[in-house]
Amino acid sequence: MIAAALDFGFAALGLALAFNLWRLIRGPGVSDRILALDTMVINVIGLIVLAGIEAASAAAFEAALLLAMVGFVGTVGYAKFLLRGDIIE
Amino acid sequence: MSPVPPFADWLVSVLIVIGAGFALLGSWGLVRLPSLMERLHAPTKATTLGLGALLLASLVFSALLRGSASTHELLVSLFLFVSAPVSANLIAKVHLHRLRHGEPSEPPGSAGAPAPPSPEADWATREAPHPGSPGNFEGD
Repeated sequence: MIAAALDFGFAALGLALAFNLWRLIRGPGVSDRILALDTMVINVIGLIVLAGIEAASAAAFEAALLLAMVGFVGTVGYAKFLLRGDIIE
Repeated sequence: MSPVPPFADWLVSVLIVIGAGFALLGSWGLVRLPSLMERLHAPTKATTLGLGALLLASLVFSALLRGSASTHELLVSLFLFVSAPVSANLIAKVHLHRLRHGEPSEPPGSAGAPAPPSPEADWATREAPHPGSPGNFEGD
């Protein structure tokens, strides 16, 4: 039961990553690309959580938390650079 | 080990399907919607509902089926709930900033182009400060 749901989840998140990649390549604007990268980070966190359920390990949560923080800081960095021409003023 | 409730299997499976479905829906909206301001809406649903359900599934799985409850998942979802609106707001600001500077690669949405900022506008809001509010800091 859980194994079938996990298979569906991996497939759905993989397809979602492919959609994000299409938007990342296609653009058209820089803000679209930032949004696509931000969404990719969110989906990869979902993949890590699913892998943690499948492996029944508690190590996945540290990875998910780290990725959430790094993804947020990356998005803010991109946006700040485009808005101000600098990241830390 | 305590006996496993019979509904735990179903609960975890349903939560995984809901979460992955919403993540897929958010990315599909990112592909399909016509302009950035509309596109911003879709992945926020993927963050709150999709990842929220996935993290809840992980929480239920470890608590009911493995017998070791932990609150790490709640920490991840709390951080995501706090940070997702901030990053969406910053992306919208980048879009407006580039629109006002006439970037041809950023087409305006169905609401049309934004109004030009006033001369004494603040960079963060693009609005003139309200009368009586502190502003015009020296050397800013």
